[in-house]
Amino acid sequence: MRRGAFTALLVGALALALFFLALPLIAIFAEAGPAAIVRQLGSASARDAIVVSLETNLIAQAVILAVGTPAAYLLATRRFRGRTLALTLLELPLVLPPAVAGVGLLAAFGSQGLLGGSLDVLGLRLPFTQTAVVLAVIFVASPFYLRQAVAAFEAVDPDLLAAARTLGARPARAFGRIALPLALGGLGAGATLAFARGLGEFGATIIFAGSFPGRTQTLPLAIYAEFDRDFTTALAIGALLVAVSAAILLTTRLVTRWSPFGSTWTSPSATSGSASPSR
Amino acid sequence: MALGEEVWLDSAAGIDLPPERRAVGYLFQSHALFPHLTVEGNVAFAGGREAAGPLLRRFGIAHLAGVRPGQLSGGERQRAALARALARRPKALLLDEPTAALDAETRANVRAELAGLTAELGLPALIVTHDFAEAAALGGTVGVLVRGELRQLGTPAELVARPADPFVARLTGANILLGVARPAADGLTEVVLDAGGLLRSTDAATGPVAVVVQPWDVSVGRAEPDDSALNRITGPVGSLYPLGNRVRVTVGPLAAEITAASAERLGLRPGDRATASFKATGTRLMGRSAVMSPDGPRGEAAS
Repeated sequence: MRRGAFTALLVGALALALFFLALPLIAIFAEAGPAAIVRQLGSASARDAIVVSLETNLIAQAVILAVGTPAAYLLATRRFRGRTLALTLLELPLVLPPAVAGVGLLAAFGSQGLLGGSLDVLGLRLPFTQTAVVLAVIFVASPFYLRQAVAAFEAVDPDLLAAARTLGARPARAFGRIALPLALGGLGAGATLAFARGLGEFGATIIFAGSFPGRTQTLPLAIYAEFDRDFTTALAIGALLVAVSAAILLTTRLVTRWSPFGSTWTSPSATSGSASPSR
Repeated sequence: MALGEEVWLDSAAGIDLPPERRAVGYLFQSHALFPHLTVEGNVAFAGGREAAGPLLRRFGIAHLAGVRPGQLSGGERQRAALARALARRPKALLLDEPTAALDAETRANVRAELAGLTAELGLPALIVTHDFAEAAALGGTVGVLVRGELRQLGTPAELVARPADPFVARLTGANILLGVARPAADGLTEVVLDAGGLLRSTDAATGPVAVVVQPWDVSVGRAEPDDSALNRITGPVGSLYPLGNRVRVTVGPLAAEITAASAERLGLRPGDRATASFKATGTRLMGRSAVMSPDGPRGEAAS
């Protein structure tokens, strides 16, 4: 094949891919129009869905950050038996179909489920509540944060943590003053990705929490509920999610590129574990 | 393991202090300065802001207080790391290959500076290095550790003059030739070299030996000399490597250090035939039981 023809083939393939991926997004805005989008986002069902989505995702994010950060630090800085297994287990939800996650959550926390009996005793009924939405979001979104956080902590030069210890810092202080600030960029990127995944969560939520307007109906569920009733509202919510997703993607790009200390994240000559004072 | 009254590690008594409770200033090879903190922040991490100021002034880096480590030169990084290590008021200093990460030129400067600083501190300092020159420059006492075993402990001069075994000899930069020794009729010891040739030594030995000759005890000439040196090895000149006012010349299996003036007068070129000669009194013989390990020697210097 001549060089010109080959280049034309490459350009053609890229144009086709861009056209196919961008068309539905453009169509959402073109079909609804800005005025209808603003009007329909003010409708009761859209407003309820926005509130439910925000509440459940903020709580889920708080839980993911609070539990995921120390868990990732442990996985990144210690070597122990079962570590690889733990890492694999934490990443499994990434490849698991969301519907399976929903069925699994029901099997675990439903009234007939594994923990259902014990939860009943405590007077807790999780399925089809807002807590169920939060659990579904945590289940599908936390691996995104954990994976990124482990990588971010692993990128911190172990010598720096060792140095902090020799300077009189207890492990908790070495974590707070050294590891955490140095990993912040990666942690931020992971949190943004997890938030994006959580915001779009559909399959696990509709199975485990149902789609009750004002309680468990998040934005993606609202699109599903509205699209055969009021297609314009579905489009308006879709437009909102496109805008938020684009903003999240942009933020991630900025956060991962942002580094407050130039190129000196790790010491240039650091050889792995060359100087661990505890040995 | 203890420092003064403070026991750090005693397996029998079940004592193993965590690093933050061992009063030692540890200087990392990579310096391990915190990249997200300023120089002042790094020093203050251990001793607080009040302690940081005087330390920065003492090490002549007060003007760099607000600078991040990424912007510092090798020497400045070392000073900052040293100031930080001292901020927690250690009772001893531990330096892990302090100049290994530096290029040759910076290394000489940093080494000289480090020698001055550690001497001035009046703190016991333990320096770990693979480089005998560094150990000799920084250490009052040098201990040679091979796989956890202390082979010799002494001043650098003692190690050079009387190495305990071939390993220590090689570490100091000496020539090592292998051979088999037997007493000779004249009261000296004759060594038949494995590679061929015969040497004499004033040391007594029998059986397989390592012959140790310091490069500065070796003379080089174009013709066989007519002098008191009993030992001669003739061979091709391998390389000529200038070391300041000296030149390191290899003749056959031997390295010799001669003055730059002598090298010029002889007009030696690689490939020329030359004769290296050295005296039987400067020829050390060592038993070959202590076989030299293939990996490099590791020295420890303490000042």
